[in-house]
Amino acid sequence: MLIHPEEIRETIEMIQEQTLDIRTVTMGISLRDCCDPDGDKLLKNIFDKITTAAGNLVSVAKSLQNKYGIPIVNKRVSVSAISAIAESSDLNDYTPIAKVLDRAAGEIGVDFIGGFTALVHKGETPGDTRLITSIPKALSTTERLCSSINVASSKAGINMDAVLKMAEVIKETAELTRERDGIGCGKLVVFANIPEDNPFMAGAYHGFGEPDRVINVGISGPGVVRAMLAKYPDVDLMKVAELIKQTAFKITRMGELIGRESAALLGAAQGVVDLSLAPTPTPGDSVAQIIEAMGVERCGAPGTTAALALLNDAVKKGGAMATSSTGGLSGAFIPVSEDLAMAEAVAVGALNIEKLEAMTAVCSVGLDMVVIPGDTPVETIAGIIADQMAIAVVNHKAAGVRIIPAPGKSAGDTVDYGGLLGSAPVMRVSGFSSAGFVRRGGRIPAPLTSLNN
Amino acid sequence: MKSRAIVTVLGQDRVGIVAGVSRVLAENGVNIDDISQTIMQDFFTMIMLVSLDENELSIGDLQEKLSAVGDELGLKITVQHEDIFRFMHRV
Repeated sequence: MLIHPEEIRETIEMIQEQTLDIRTVTMGISLRDCCDPDGDKLLKNIFDKITTAAGNLVSVAKSLQNKYGIPIVNKRVSVSAISAIAESSDLNDYTPIAKVLDRAAGEIGVDFIGGFTALVHKGETPGDTRLITSIPKALSTTERLCSSINVASSKAGINMDAVLKMAEVIKETAELTRERDGIGCGKLVVFANIPEDNPFMAGAYHGFGEPDRVINVGISGPGVVRAMLAKYPDVDLMKVAELIKQTAFKITRMGELIGRESAALLGAAQGVVDLSLAPTPTPGDSVAQIIEAMGVERCGAPGTTAALALLNDAVKKGGAMATSSTGGLSGAFIPVSEDLAMAEAVAVGALNIEKLEAMTAVCSVGLDMVVIPGDTPVETIAGIIADQMAIAVVNHKAAGVRIIPAPGKSAGDTVDYGGLLGSAPVMRVSGFSSAGFVRRGGRIPAPLTSLNN
Repeated sequence: MKSRAIVTVLGQDRVGIVAGVSRVLAENGVNIDDISQTIMQDFFTMIMLVSLDENELSIGDLQEKLSAVGDELGLKITVQHEDIFRFMHRV
C-alpha cells in the first residue's frame, strides 16, 4: 500500500477526533457586469448573476465532502464591493440590494454572503456614503448578509472621519438588533488593509483585481495543532514551532485539494487557501487552548503574545509550502465569542481588551467578536477602532474590528449568539474618554514606511 | 471513472467483520486491491485499498452501504478517496 496505515490513521483521527475540517469554500463573484442606472434592473442582474454562478456551489461542496470524508462546514459567496456596483444606479438607499443579496444567498443555500462593502480609506464617493448609511437597516433586516468597510491602509493612513462614522453605524446597528443582543454587529467589520480574496466572514468581499468567479478556501484545525502539542509537553520552543509547521502543512493540503477540485467542478478560477486556524465554540477547537498547551496557564497571561506570535509564524511557514497560492487573512484567529477557551479566559479575568489588542499585533485578525457594554460611548468605540487600525497600518497587515456594544448589557454579563458565533462575557472598556481625539476628524497620515517604491 | 478509495474499519473484534464488509464490497462491484489488518487489545483495525467505478457507485453511496453494515456489526467504517491521504502525506 502506497500510503502507510499509520498515515491513514493519523488523517482519520485528525478529522474524527480533532475536528479538522474545511471551514469554508467561498465563491468570489464579480458583479461588475450587473451595473444599471435603473435600480430594479440592477437588483435583478445581481440576483441572476449570483444564482447562476453559484447555483451548484452547495451541491459540489457536498459531493467533495462525501468523496474525501472531510467536513466542509460552510459554503459562502463574496461579491464585488456594492458601493461601487450600485453607485451609478438611481437607488438612494441600498437596503433593497442587501435584501436581494440575502435572498440570492438563501436561494442557493449558502449561510453567508459578503460584499456589502465600501473602501473609504482616503475618502468617500456618493456610493460609499449611501452604502454606509444603509448598513444598520441592511443588517437588521437580513439574515445572511455581511458588511465590511475599509477605513485605513498602510498606503493611505487612517480616515478618522470614517472611523467615527463607523462607530456610530455600529451603535445604531446594535440598537436595531437589540432583541438579539446586537447580533447585527457580528456581521460587520471595520477594516484596515482589507484583503481582496478573503474567504472568511464577515470580512469577505470580491476585490476588483479578481477574476469573474474564483474559489477561495478557508481551512481550520486548531484542535489538530492543540492535540499535536499535547503529545509533546516537554519539548523546547524550536521543536514546538517545527511541530506546528508540520501540522499546518497537512491541514493546508486539505484546503489545496478541495480548492483545486471545487474550482474545476464549478468552472471558476482556483483562488487562494487562507492559512488560518479558525476556532469554533466546539470544545477543543480553540486557539486559546493551543497557547495554553504551550504552557501559558490561561490565554491572556504574560507570555500569551509571544506564544501567539510563534503560532502565527509557524502556521504560515508550514502552510505556505502546501498550497500554490495563499491569501486572505492567513494566520491564527482570536475571536472571543467563537473560541470557548478565549471566552472562558475573559470570564476568569485572565484576558482583557487591552491584552487582546496586543495579541492582534502578531496575528492575522483584529479585535474580533468582542462584546462590550451597550452604553459604551461612540467616541470610545471610535478610539478602539483607531488603535486597531494604527496597529495594522504601521505593521502593514490586515486587521478588522468586529465589536458588539450589546444593548442593555454591562461588563460581566454574558451574551449568547448561538451557532458559530458562540457566546461570551461582556468585556470592560476604559471609562476615560477618547472624544477630544476622535472628534478632531481628518486623516492620520500613512507611516513613513509606506514610501517604499 | 475508476477511483481508488481507502476503507477503514474500526471497532471491537468479533466473528464476521471481514466477511460482512467484503460481502458489501463484492455485491457492489468494488475490488479489494490491498488489505491490512491488526488487532490491538481486542480493538480491530482494518484498512483496505479498493477500486470502484464512480459512474456506477459514488464514494458517498458506498459509504452509506458500509455504514449500514457497520451499524449491524458495531463498527465505525469510513470510505475516503485515496487522494486525501496522498495530498496530506506526500509532497
